[in-house]
Amino acid sequence: MDVFIPALLTIITAATPLLFAALGEMVTEKSGVLNLGVEGMMVMGAIIAFTTVHFSGSVSLAIVTSILAGAIMATIFALFVLIFHASQVPTGLALTIFGIGLSALLGQDMIGIPYEGIPKIAIPLLSTIPVVGSLFFTQDFLVYLSLAMVLAIHYFLQKTRPGLILRAVGDSHDAAHAMGYSVVKIRFMAILFGGAMCGLGGAYLSLAYSPMWVEQMTAGRGWIALALVVFACWRTGRVLFGAYLFGGISILQLHAQALGIGIPSQVMSMLPYLATIIVLVIISRDVSKIKLNAPASLGKPFHPSR
Amino acid sequence: MVYLSPVLALVLSLLAGVVLFYIMGVSPLAALHAFFIEPLSTGYGLAELGVKATPLVLIGVALALGFKAGVWNIGAEGQLTMGALCGSLVALYFYDQDGFYILPLMLIAGVLGGMAWAAIVAFLRVRFNANEILTSLMLSYVAGLFLNLMVHGPLKDPEGFNFPESRQFSESALLPIILDGTRLHVGAVIALLVVAWGWMILSRTLLGYQIKVAGSAPEACEHAGFSFSGIIWTTLLLSGGVAGLAGIIEVSGPIGQLLPNISPGYGFTAIIVAYVGRLHPIGVLFAGILLALTYLGGETAQIQLNLPVAVTGVFQGLLLFFLLASDVLIRYRVQFGKARLAVENK
Amino acid sequence: MNENSPYLIELRGMTKTFPGVLANDGVDLKIKPGEIHALLGENGAGKSTLVKMIYGILKPDAGTIFFNGRQVEIDSPAQARDLGIAMVFQHFSLFDSLSVVENISLGMKKAVKLDKLAGEITEISRRYGLPLDPNRHVYTLSVGERQRIEIIRCLLQEPQLLVMDEPTSVLTPQEVKKLFSTLNRLADEGLAILYISHKLDEIKALCHHATILRLGRRVARVNIDTESTSSLAMMMMGEELEKIERPPKATAGEVRLKVTKLDMPAADSTGISLTDIHLEVRAGEIVGIAGVAGNGQDELLRALNGEESCQSGGCIIIENLHSGKLGPNARRKAGLASVPEKRLGHGAIPDMDLVDNAFMTGFQRMGLLARGLINYPKTRNFAHKVIADFSVKTSGSGVPANSLSGGNLQKFIIGRELTQQPDILIVSQPTWGVDAGATQTIRKSLRRLADKGAAVLIISQDLDELMEMSDRIGAICGGRLSPFYPTTEMTVEKVGMLMAGVTLEKGDGNVAPLG
Repeated sequence: MDVFIPALLTIITAATPLLFAALGEMVTEKSGVLNLGVEGMMVMGAIIAFTTVHFSGSVSLAIVTSILAGAIMATIFALFVLIFHASQVPTGLALTIFGIGLSALLGQDMIGIPYEGIPKIAIPLLSTIPVVGSLFFTQDFLVYLSLAMVLAIHYFLQKTRPGLILRAVGDSHDAAHAMGYSVVKIRFMAILFGGAMCGLGGAYLSLAYSPMWVEQMTAGRGWIALALVVFACWRTGRVLFGAYLFGGISILQLHAQALGIGIPSQVMSMLPYLATIIVLVIISRDVSKIKLNAPASLGKPFHPSR
Repeated sequence: MVYLSPVLALVLSLLAGVVLFYIMGVSPLAALHAFFIEPLSTGYGLAELGVKATPLVLIGVALALGFKAGVWNIGAEGQLTMGALCGSLVALYFYDQDGFYILPLMLIAGVLGGMAWAAIVAFLRVRFNANEILTSLMLSYVAGLFLNLMVHGPLKDPEGFNFPESRQFSESALLPIILDGTRLHVGAVIALLVVAWGWMILSRTLLGYQIKVAGSAPEACEHAGFSFSGIIWTTLLLSGGVAGLAGIIEVSGPIGQLLPNISPGYGFTAIIVAYVGRLHPIGVLFAGILLALTYLGGETAQIQLNLPVAVTGVFQGLLLFFLLASDVLIRYRVQFGKARLAVENK
Repeated sequence: MNENSPYLIELRGMTKTFPGVLANDGVDLKIKPGEIHALLGENGAGKSTLVKMIYGILKPDAGTIFFNGRQVEIDSPAQARDLGIAMVFQHFSLFDSLSVVENISLGMKKAVKLDKLAGEITEISRRYGLPLDPNRHVYTLSVGERQRIEIIRCLLQEPQLLVMDEPTSVLTPQEVKKLFSTLNRLADEGLAILYISHKLDEIKALCHHATILRLGRRVARVNIDTESTSSLAMMMMGEELEKIERPPKATAGEVRLKVTKLDMPAADSTGISLTDIHLEVRAGEIVGIAGVAGNGQDELLRALNGEESCQSGGCIIIENLHSGKLGPNARRKAGLASVPEKRLGHGAIPDMDLVDNAFMTGFQRMGLLARGLINYPKTRNFAHKVIADFSVKTSGSGVPANSLSGGNLQKFIIGRELTQQPDILIVSQPTWGVDAGATQTIRKSLRRLADKGAAVLIISQDLDELMEMSDRIGAICGGRLSPFYPTTEMTVEKVGMLMAGVTLEKGDGNVAPLG
């Protein structure tokens, strides 16, 4: 039991960045846009958040700036894809390469600086429940936020009119345009939201998961988040499940070492990436399922005809 | 017309670079000089350009063929790693022997290693419809970790003071230098041959035609009787093989042994090279040289002006962005002329 | 302007020019409330342009619009809707993954509670005989059912003018009958209907008046009752349509294409499975397959031309060669050529030039490949020959395929196949969306091909075309082929029944004609 609780806690910390990024990308993709720049937006969120908290001491400010960082990166992407009609795949790649480079540049002086991590907030009463209390109800603000976002996004997409419009744009941008909806505006907002969420995901990495800055500290999590969206068949609830599943897998290596399992650390580190490949294969082989769940206009260029 | 956008992109990137340097408090002129002029001012510098450009051009050509077909191999870095590993295994197996046959065997092993790693991606895509961007990337991370495992373990030099590196390669396992006093090796010649080979394929052969059609209109590709799956396999195996070749060339050329880190992200930079080169082998040659220059420039700028090496990454990212933007401007001009004809297209 | 005008909508002098094309030249049009008014003309006559100006999608260069006696400027579809103009397009704006009620609610200006809207939908669908379940997802619906969504969506606005653009191209004859009774009911209640079509039989059956356009000009405004289909055709075409002469056929030659017990399951849930296909096409004959879109036509073509492989080689026999497992190029070598329904993207590569497009299917039979290398000069000659022989209007062979007009592209594609002198040709929708001149060229060349001894199979939604051109005719419905009958023994009604999957009894000559 003593080992169990801390283990579960680390799953939560590992899952949260993935959850933020995957939720954000899911909303972007639901509007029909494939943004491969998740890794770049996340890593920018990480460095901006860390720098902010180092110089200002304020966690709230760090969260705000990381959201802004992600959103600004996303705006660049939106500009290229929506206004310049550049192809989505290379633009997303450019964003990732640029983000990784820029974050390395900005983070030059931040390497090695210590930070104690963001505080946990105990929800009154609920956190005193034995066992469950310290697990579910004594978490930092961002964890609560990530879970709240799951509910909020689900409600938005399924129960509100703007959510319906967004889904429609993702289904057929030509039909939405013919009906008079501004595809560009809606996609822009979806991309911005995705960027903000990725920024948050990155912020969580440098503020809570491993509170420090290391170059490329996202280590491919952005790509895993992209795979998560496919694995979840673009459904909010399944994104939550997937993020925690992957969180668990990626944390296994730490606990394996603690438990004295003799597998080399590099092999354990491979697990999340191998797991990603496996789930991708499992989901993708059902072509019908993908066709039914994936937004039909995903990745397709939008050229409004006169 | 098509070659205008890379030039425009370069100009815009330079301008952005000037702004960046200014913000960083460094004299823009001094920085640009350190980045682009300094490295070319000596013979040794030019040779280094060739050394750095070799892997970029090699992988760039291979990626260009794939991208043109709409097959997104983002994991060239991993294929490079596995090629380096397989080739090194041959080198280390013969570590205490001499022979003219060792080097060719190493190169072949490198090609096969890269091919095998890319074959996984092809198989998953064709058989299970798994997105090759994500699978090739994931395999890149796995390859890197595997290399790390190998040099920390089985391949560690027993006389190497426990550093995570393999034995140094013997003379027969090193690529011959073609310019005395420099590090420029035979790999550069191989790179040029690959450029010519890629150009031949794309412009004159049926395979090149199939690649172009596959990337342009997949249904028409089927109608023409070309197997889309076949094209996926071919382009992935080709790019994997060439990336693997680049990997073993790097290890048996400039590096001379197996280390945990054998590439400063050549596999990813090659993506930029492919695009800036307009997915054309000759363009890739020039783009590869340009991006090699940014690597050298970054090192020079660091030494002379204390500029962080990370500036190189930023500049490369900017270059790709500006290329995509320049493409739009060029296309916009062409669109005007097309609009006239497109109207009757009802 | 006279506020007591008897006309609901009046257009005067509508003019619209595009670069190089005068689409509408001073067109007049007027419709009274309760009137069903036809807008007649061939493809390219300017009907779409005129209607787009009525609906606010295009801005006229000159001309005035009067609605209910007042002059109006219609700047957007939203404004048109506010005025009371509703339009059902030929291509529907529907979201497959959403439900009917969600689709309709998206088309409305204000958000309405979905349950309430569902109730209204059910009410209207009941009243006008357009059965529709509001909660079904659109991807499960047939084309005819999808059209009902569009119509109900329009009716919910309580419009005064309903514009319908070629509504029957996606319907079986029986569904057309149902649509007409709905439209008549609506007109009786005072709704004005502008009905765009080029199908003369339907215009005769449904409409009161007609405005006829030819080459952008209004050539006539007539009372339908006083005209015959041939007089209407004359006004539409401006000349006697030359009837394709069919030489008296003794007996057709040997069987060139034989399909036996072909089954092909759909690739996924959005496709149609082919079941128990039997088919024979002989040398010298033209066989026609009628059918409403979405019943397996594309799947059939892909099974026949080799893009999809059959489960056994003997399913498809081309000139005595078991071809079921052969790919497209092996079948081309055996003599089978095909022209798919989708031109840009399937039959031709949009971004590549005509030389590359010529190479695409011709490299084998025209010998354009030597030891893996492409013979560009020879390919260019081939492309030029096609362009010249089939009067393809283009500035050269170096232009991309997507810069050609629809008719010219189709002439090029068909010309490319015919120049290779196939023994069997399968064409899907040969003249859909193609102007009159190109249509003639294409039909004549298909007839010529058959006369030279080739076996020709035409899959088309255009019943008139099939009735005129084919020697034997059948239909495809839900992935199954009907039996084939000599065209001389068939009528449009009977083919319509085949299209709906109904088996003809012996002695079905007594089937009552369309009301």
